[in-house]
Amino acid sequence: MTDDSKKPDGPHEFGFETRAIHAGARPDAETGARVTPIHQNTSYVFEDAEHAADLFNLQTFGFIYSRLTNPTVSVLEERLANLEGGRAAVCASSGHAAQFLTFFTLLEPGDCFIASKNLYGGSITQFGHSFKRLGWDCHFVDPTDPENFRQALKDHPEAKGVFLEALANPGGLIVDLEPVAEVAHEAGVPLIVDNTLATPYLLRPFEWGADIVVHSTTKFLSGHANSMGGAVIESGKFDWAASGKFPGMCTPDPAYHGLTFYETFGDFGFTMKARAVALRDFGPSMAPMNAFLTITGTETLGLRMDRHVQNAQKVAEFLESHPAVAWVSYAGLKSSPFHDLAKKYLPKGPGSVFTFGLKGGYEAGIKCVETVELFSHLANVGDTRSLIIHPASTTHRQLTEDQQIAAGAGPDVVRLSIGIETADDLIRDLEKALNA
Amino acid sequence: MTEPTLADAAPPPLVYDDKLVAGILKDVRTIAIVGASPNWVRPSNFAMKYLLGKGYSVIPVNPGHAGKEIWDQMTYAELGDVPGPIDMVDVFRASKDAGGIIDRAIELKDEKAIKVIWLQLGVRDDDAAARAEAAGLTVIMDRCPKIEYGRLFGELGWSGVNSGVISSKRPKR
Repeated sequence: MTDDSKKPDGPHEFGFETRAIHAGARPDAETGARVTPIHQNTSYVFEDAEHAADLFNLQTFGFIYSRLTNPTVSVLEERLANLEGGRAAVCASSGHAAQFLTFFTLLEPGDCFIASKNLYGGSITQFGHSFKRLGWDCHFVDPTDPENFRQALKDHPEAKGVFLEALANPGGLIVDLEPVAEVAHEAGVPLIVDNTLATPYLLRPFEWGADIVVHSTTKFLSGHANSMGGAVIESGKFDWAASGKFPGMCTPDPAYHGLTFYETFGDFGFTMKARAVALRDFGPSMAPMNAFLTITGTETLGLRMDRHVQNAQKVAEFLESHPAVAWVSYAGLKSSPFHDLAKKYLPKGPGSVFTFGLKGGYEAGIKCVETVELFSHLANVGDTRSLIIHPASTTHRQLTEDQQIAAGAGPDVVRLSIGIETADDLIRDLEKALNA
Repeated sequence: MTEPTLADAAPPPLVYDDKLVAGILKDVRTIAIVGASPNWVRPSNFAMKYLLGKGYSVIPVNPGHAGKEIWDQMTYAELGDVPGPIDMVDVFRASKDAGGIIDRAIELKDEKAIKVIWLQLGVRDDDAAARAEAAGLTVIMDRCPKIEYGRLFGELGWSGVNSGVISSKRPKR
């Protein structure tokens, strides 16, 4: 190779911060508008009958109806695909909808998949109960040993995928991604990573072997708690034909006039199928306004995440030193069993959502969330504002106590999502609540 | 964990500079699609229709359909039967069949003024590509001109695909 990379006009890899602002968002071709316009619009005029036919047949690229594609949502989709280092993305109305699109594209009735048991409580319920009604079984495993995934894939050879949260909610747990990806690939199935709590600024699962990334964009990506949304992103590197396990990708699809998605669209075939079948037929599309707000949020992702993790580290260190606190589960602390994995996978910091335990148990947890004034007591994470919740009485209350403890959400546990306010103000607010 | 995986057997992915691919798509006007199918759900039929819509002159080559039309274009049995020059040969055949088509294109290079051989997604023959390059032809493998056109000229982003394009210039229409 010549040394073109050093010439100003040679090939160049743009940095994360540049891509977070520019990827997918060239100026508007018609008007020159620099900010991505909000296309608050449902449907698009065809050039002629032939153009309409081409669009419906997926023979050309373009817009038909905003349930499938919308120019504002498309900008966010391309941006997220770019930031994750993936090939393509499809957005959804929420993170849960993104998970549904993923599994509807992956599974047939009677299929199963393997999932980490350390997930957002809503995902455990979605996988363990609601998916069952569609004929999809989920087998949960302890994700702290990659061998558990290998064993589960041996016990369930019909499994079609492995799902985990690399930086898990709510427990401050980090999964050793690299060996789990190897285990999944040996079984010929994709590794699906929910990267919501880390965001691509802190962790890019594709670089460690993941094949599909899902997000609740509602959290750090939009960042200001003003828009619901989700996304499915594919790496473009998974071979859907090799194992013979994915007929839905590799054989003519009756839901799309006999089109074979992998053959026709290659490395973005999964995303095309998720959009053209699952999103089309179930309809959980992202609203253009929400896409606009999320696009705006992603522009400051790096700046915000740096402050989120700085503040989280300070608050975690304060809590660890407080006598009312039994333990703090934040991988940024040296005391965390996940500290080394954090340094490997999340060198910029292990996010800002973590849990701590109160010596006073369930009652102390309730009292803490009711006493704070600056922290908002609500069920969300990834806001500019600092948030607090007692999972056992809220997000994880539909689980049994054993399931709560297994998910890192036992009766004594308080979960924090540290915002980007002044760190000392957050510490003062918590200190007041703990001393009350 | 150390057992070979299916991915290990594959050759490393091909990397082409965007400027090379965009230059090809801007320069060529006549494309012969070897393996063009009259069946409208086949990828070759998709690509042919798309490229016609972008203003290319597209000539289907398919011995099983010779003498009949696909999208109003006459189909020929083989490259040598195509009247007039061919800027680019686009191959929609399995990798094992690609070498023979490439060798035929090399034979016809001067007669048909062929400049580019393009092998579709999943189609790759490194040895035949080396022969074509030695003969002065430009070779692209394991890509689709429809997808590359959409990616480089802005349409593919409409489907959420990462085009890799970063620019504050207003796109020209």
